[in-house]
Amino acid sequence: MVTVIRQSHAKRFLGTFAICAVTLGAAWFGSSWPAYADTKAESKSPAKASDAKKTEAKKTEPNKAEPNKTDKPDKKSVDTDKAAAEKNAPEKGAEEKAGAEKAPKSITLKEAFATGSSDVLIQFINEKVRQGWIENNIEPSPVADDGEWMRRVYLDIIGHVPPVEDVEAFIADKDKAKRTKVIDKLLDDPAYVRNWTTIWANLLVGRGAGNANMGGPQRRAALQKFLRESFAKNRPWDAVVRDLVSAEGRYDQNGAVNFLMAHLNDGAVPATAMTAKLFLGLQVQCTQCHNHPFNEWKQNQFWEYNSIFKQAREVTHQKYDEKTGRMVFDYAELVKQEAEGPVFFERRNGLMQVAYPRYEQYEIKPDADTNRRQEFAKLITQGERTQVADAMVNRMWGHFFGYGFTKPVDDMGPHNPASHPELLEKLSVEFVKAKYDQKQLIRWICNSEAYNLTSKMSPKNEVDNPANGERPKFTHMYVKSLSAEQLYDSLIIATNAHKSGRSNWEQAEQQRRMWMQQFVVAFGTDENDESTTFNGTIPQALMMMNGELVQNAISLEKGGYLRSVLEDKGGDDEKVKEMYMSTLSRVPTKKELMAAKMVIAGGNVQGLVPKEAKSAKASGGAKAGKGPKASKEANNAKEMADAMEMANAAKTANAAPKAAPVKTPYDGYQDLFWALLNSNEFIFNH
Amino acid sequence: MSLIVPEGMSRRHFMQHMATSVAAVPGLQFLSHLQANAEVVKKKQKACILMWMGGGPPTIDIWDLKPGSKNGGEFKPINTAASGVQICEHMPETAKQFKNLSIVRSMSTREADHGRGRYFMHTAYVPNPTVIHPTFGSVVSHELGSKRPELEIPSFVSIDGGSESPGFLGMTNAPFVVGSNGDIRNAGGGEFDANRLNNRFAMLDVIESGFIGSKRGEAPQSHKDVYKRALNLMTSKQMEAFKVNKEDPKMLESYGNNAFGKGCLMARRLVEAGVPFIEVNLGGWDLHANVFDTLSNQRLPVLDKGIGALTADLTARGMIDDVVLVWMGEFARTPRINQDVGRDHWAASWSVMIGGGGLKNGQAVGATDKDGLSVEGQAYLPGDIWATVSHALGIPLDTVYTSKNGRPMKIANSGNPIKQLIG
Repeated sequence: MVTVIRQSHAKRFLGTFAICAVTLGAAWFGSSWPAYADTKAESKSPAKASDAKKTEAKKTEPNKAEPNKTDKPDKKSVDTDKAAAEKNAPEKGAEEKAGAEKAPKSITLKEAFATGSSDVLIQFINEKVRQGWIENNIEPSPVADDGEWMRRVYLDIIGHVPPVEDVEAFIADKDKAKRTKVIDKLLDDPAYVRNWTTIWANLLVGRGAGNANMGGPQRRAALQKFLRESFAKNRPWDAVVRDLVSAEGRYDQNGAVNFLMAHLNDGAVPATAMTAKLFLGLQVQCTQCHNHPFNEWKQNQFWEYNSIFKQAREVTHQKYDEKTGRMVFDYAELVKQEAEGPVFFERRNGLMQVAYPRYEQYEIKPDADTNRRQEFAKLITQGERTQVADAMVNRMWGHFFGYGFTKPVDDMGPHNPASHPELLEKLSVEFVKAKYDQKQLIRWICNSEAYNLTSKMSPKNEVDNPANGERPKFTHMYVKSLSAEQLYDSLIIATNAHKSGRSNWEQAEQQRRMWMQQFVVAFGTDENDESTTFNGTIPQALMMMNGELVQNAISLEKGGYLRSVLEDKGGDDEKVKEMYMSTLSRVPTKKELMAAKMVIAGGNVQGLVPKEAKSAKASGGAKAGKGPKASKEANNAKEMADAMEMANAAKTANAAPKAAPVKTPYDGYQDLFWALLNSNEFIFNH
Repeated sequence: MSLIVPEGMSRRHFMQHMATSVAAVPGLQFLSHLQANAEVVKKKQKACILMWMGGGPPTIDIWDLKPGSKNGGEFKPINTAASGVQICEHMPETAKQFKNLSIVRSMSTREADHGRGRYFMHTAYVPNPTVIHPTFGSVVSHELGSKRPELEIPSFVSIDGGSESPGFLGMTNAPFVVGSNGDIRNAGGGEFDANRLNNRFAMLDVIESGFIGSKRGEAPQSHKDVYKRALNLMTSKQMEAFKVNKEDPKMLESYGNNAFGKGCLMARRLVEAGVPFIEVNLGGWDLHANVFDTLSNQRLPVLDKGIGALTADLTARGMIDDVVLVWMGEFARTPRINQDVGRDHWAASWSVMIGGGGLKNGQAVGATDKDGLSVEGQAYLPGDIWATVSHALGIPLDTVYTSKNGRPMKIANSGNPIKQLIG
């Protein structure tokens, strides 16, 4: 049965994209979702084709692709060879091939790695994840070593890489329960509050600066204050959600109102979609105009949700600014207006329809006295299994593993079955029992066996690659990109700026936001939606290669990180090791150490740089001591020790075309540090 | 120029020489791929310029007016250079160019949420949780960019907007997002020290190769590829193409000295440099209120000048038959005018403009009913628009991609080129 459902699901996706006239059978619904079926069973089950009714969707467009048939075993991401795609069409896909083999051999699993936590739920998690490995006949990667795991758990829980001394202390710690201890320590770290405040502020109102005339920055700050207090007190998540959905009052007195106020435009259509997506894990945007193509959600459901917000109204007050003679932002408030009755929406055939407020089977009185948002907030957080808990568990799991039980994490529902439905259900129920304790949820996840595995794939689990669209099996950690905020904060930690007193978190927060605006691109709509050009793009690479942030990080300024490393005792080996630990939380390999020392010696041209390059520099005076960067560097250099100063003076003299390039050994250290910060290993959380 | 080349030596030669002589640090060879001193591309190369109207423009007020209908609004139609084709009175410059432009008046696209519509119109596919489809600029980048080895700057540039994801085509085909002022942040001003840049990249390569070799998926390799592109860009003369402010002020003025105009002008410069796909963004179309004032006073004058000047300029330079122009947003707006004198989201019946590219231009394809509420006759999907573009660019329509999970996907979601346009 389960198998049948999964199969029809796959076909349906393939069959219809644009034409959405599919009504799915009731089998898709009910209290529990289709159980997870492994891909082998799916492709070999003879029962799969029997349920013809459910595959109708495919038939509606016979010219569309056949499912799962043209998969090459050694598939590359894109098949550029057009002929090859057709040629390979009859070949069976990798999954099918695997499925064509006999019943799964039992794989041998060692006893699950234990972090030291005694919570019984962790055992349940491990069992359910392992069940997926066994069913798919794949083996987990080994446990991550201490450095790899420390870097990961710091980035995930508190949003930046660990300081060197923390890594060293951790490696030296012989306590078997040391990983559990670190998790608990990080959950109590002030940076935990900051990290989750950032994450949720970005989700709730985006990264954009907002309209200054309308108090954009102040509103964001007030929302952050609300979040900060919530995470600092570890308030139950259901209470936070109720506040965000039902808040009233002034933007600065009740920071929670700033979420909805950012989305109340356009008849609260954005507020409807955002509330469903963020708190319920449901993407209902498309149902504002038509019934959901892939499941039973109907257009009226979107508008039923929408009518919840009918009483919500933003009032913005302006005041006269004597200095400029203009009206400026004074304050904004979210008020309950005396609205009653339904909202109206237009069907695709042009007919107008009405929608009354309700959530699932519960109707909310449509009179003016009933506070619809308060009622809605209660309804979505009542009971032992709630969509609010499901959504949070899924999002959290996705945060820590890079993939949730569904992809994307906020598009849950029968059309997108979870990879581990029983695990999701259990975690959700336990999360509710634990009074929506976010820290407890994090403990469960971080103490699980899967979270402690290395990100290196093994030949036995290479197929577990959700980037290819497969459902995740969590046999190894998936590599995640650092967010802009994580990168920024990690640079501060890696360069010890947090200790020098040059930068406190408050300042860093502001600087970070300013810096980040370069990566935020608005879509030009009324909904203030935006994208970021941060991850893996050329602008990001250019920023890392040449931007001020990294220039500062590698500067030789007095009191700066690099200078302190250089002034420390110890030879090149120790200095290189220190730089590796602070950026990558590991020591260099032999090969890396050799290369690093060559780069450090770069000024003396020990086989690294050919003569032509030198002459290039000499003849052109490429650096030539001009330009702001060069002069800044020269300024910094003046503060350096005498020897350094002389060397730099010589470098400046290099402006004369014929002067021979005199390098300081410090250039090499800068170049090494530059390379470490620019490396894929630094920019990825693995 | 940044990397200084010894006299009597091309930079390519220089780099290759360098690479071979630093065998001590492996993997430096990619620096040798720097394309040095590439000839300015003179030959006619195909390209597409997408003018993206973020927010959803009211095409009933621009391309498909309904005088006499209750939905007709405030504007009057005017004749264009194409006989029988009328457009909005606030688009006079564009109207003059209609020998080289066309309208498809029978789009019916269903998705009227910003995010979903944006995805659908850019990719020809509706959003789907199991796969991320490439935005069409990435498709063109993948198809044509790879055949232009002399191109040192990215083969897909998006001006003043982010387009959509390159999806399964990977980050090397991602839109390079720039501002219409032409400043490329952190690309440097030529003060790179060749020695140090090489040292840095040599060391970087050691670290990156180690990480790639440790088998952690595709992202680490992709990071390295993107760095190579960034370095290419940093050291390229083709960066000049972005410097739109170096144009003759008169030229700048003709495009409208504003962000959209500069974007259109930069697009023409980029086409000349060999970039096959440029997306120029003009936002602010989400006109739920006060639609007519906003259009006549703000949006349309900007739009009209931009399209008019770009089309005229491409024609004057003999490029118009090689460059396809596409104008669209994520959807259009309701024929019905709401109580705030605005129009809301509408995807059932609307218009896209297309032009140039050697298409049979000067016509309006398809029609909507008298109130603009539904399409009469055949309706078109974004895949049909992109198939038409593919045809004009010479990209075979039987091109099939295989997504990472092994699913074959025909280019433009199996759309068909619009017959009236391809003759």
